[in-house]
Amino acid sequence: MSKKIRNNPLGINLNRRTLLKGAAAGIAASALPFDKADAVDWDAFLQKHFTELTDEEIRNVIERLEKEASVEWKKEIHIGATKALPGVKFGYGLDLSRCIGCRKCVAACVKENNQSRTPQVQWITVLRFKKGEKWIDLENSEKYYNPELVPEPDYFYLPVQCQQCENPPCVKACPTQATWKEPDGIVVIDYNWCIGCRYCMTACPYGARRFNWARPEIPVNELNPETHYLGNRPRYKGVVEKCTFCVQRTRSGRFPACVEACPVGARKFGNLLDPKSEIRYLIGNKRVFRLREDINTEPKFYYFFAYGR
Amino acid sequence: MKGKFISVAIAGLFILSVSFTAGSAEHTQNDEKKDVPEIFFPGTLSSENFPCSKCHRFRPTDRKQRDLKLAHADIVLKHAEKQRWCLDCHDGDKLRLPNGELIDYDKPYILCGQCHGTVFRDWKAGIHGKTTGMWNGVKVYRICVNCHDPHQPKFKQIAPEKQPLRPTEIKLNLR
Repeated sequence: MSKKIRNNPLGINLNRRTLLKGAAAGIAASALPFDKADAVDWDAFLQKHFTELTDEEIRNVIERLEKEASVEWKKEIHIGATKALPGVKFGYGLDLSRCIGCRKCVAACVKENNQSRTPQVQWITVLRFKKGEKWIDLENSEKYYNPELVPEPDYFYLPVQCQQCENPPCVKACPTQATWKEPDGIVVIDYNWCIGCRYCMTACPYGARRFNWARPEIPVNELNPETHYLGNRPRYKGVVEKCTFCVQRTRSGRFPACVEACPVGARKFGNLLDPKSEIRYLIGNKRVFRLREDINTEPKFYYFFAYGR
Repeated sequence: MKGKFISVAIAGLFILSVSFTAGSAEHTQNDEKKDVPEIFFPGTLSSENFPCSKCHRFRPTDRKQRDLKLAHADIVLKHAEKQRWCLDCHDGDKLRLPNGELIDYDKPYILCGQCHGTVFRDWKAGIHGKTTGMWNGVKVYRICVNCHDPHQPKFKQIAPEKQPLRPTEIKLNLR
């Protein structure tokens, strides 16, 4: 199968790289300042789409990015590019009858995924609903709840993060194909291709995407140096980011950071294609729903009630 | 002739199904000890009072139901306390099932599962409680008492992490 992701309406089979190297000499020179346009900038400018890169090209790109990142963040940063495992489609389960709204998942996620502390970026939002009210009305939920102790007797909590849709509207909205769905079902973003137009944020029905309005600020000692190209590597100003089911952990068999952080074990994770997995058990045996099923996004994030109430 | 054959076949099927259901009903007790996860999070088995025989070798157990004042006064039972007394679940260095059978201290899930059958089933499937380890490999389970105090199993409230900043509070350091 061709790795080409673009259609050429004129049928001209000109390699994109060749075209760019010729034509871009003129075009790109006007985009890049002459005094600063060294080899590194040219490489970055001419980088192919991530899914079209060969293994060796990926290695070169990552080598360059690791160098850049270690200068930028004053810390050795390792960027992985582990591919999706064959026969795997990730699914997530969240037990609403157990969640206590403690936001421990949010804290763990921020730390693991190098989210900006100032300005604040958080991939998980925990919503609070009053029991017995029309609670699927997300706009009337409370996300700034701040009691001394949780859970509060009359409320329940619904954490929302990227739902990793099978039919993701954000991917369709992206004008540069900087975001796409990987074979294991994770919707990822190439921060080097993202132009920051935020169309995807408008398209997302779950409000799961976040924009870097400024250069992320992360204390050096809290920076997680184990990263993935499509996941938690430090972001740039002006790019969009979101939950990736901790692609840097899950592709090597580990659980996402939020699953490991949850003190009540409300979060479940596994392979939807494995009939013996926990996620398949809960889908088959529990009361399950997905957020906004009516809009045909087919999320792979299943909310369930393990407990009858 | 044909009708007779069919009726015999139906009768045969009926007997077969009855014997199957009878067989499965018999084995529930053993099933609870089968199919349980094998790898557990490092234990938090109470150490101060265990093994019980540390003291009870010298001090015979007073089996009379009463308010505990001399020993174990720190244990407050909030777990169907009106129907229950220490010796319903404890016996020597063992845990006691409702039918009188004694089980080891490191397998409390057998005891808990006697009442909380649905939770026990979910736990074995990995749905109840936290599992860590590898999603595609070795999973590390927690046994009941890793998370629940058996005398007061309901979780206590905890302090939440800080709420997110409101958009108006977010500082933007543009550079």
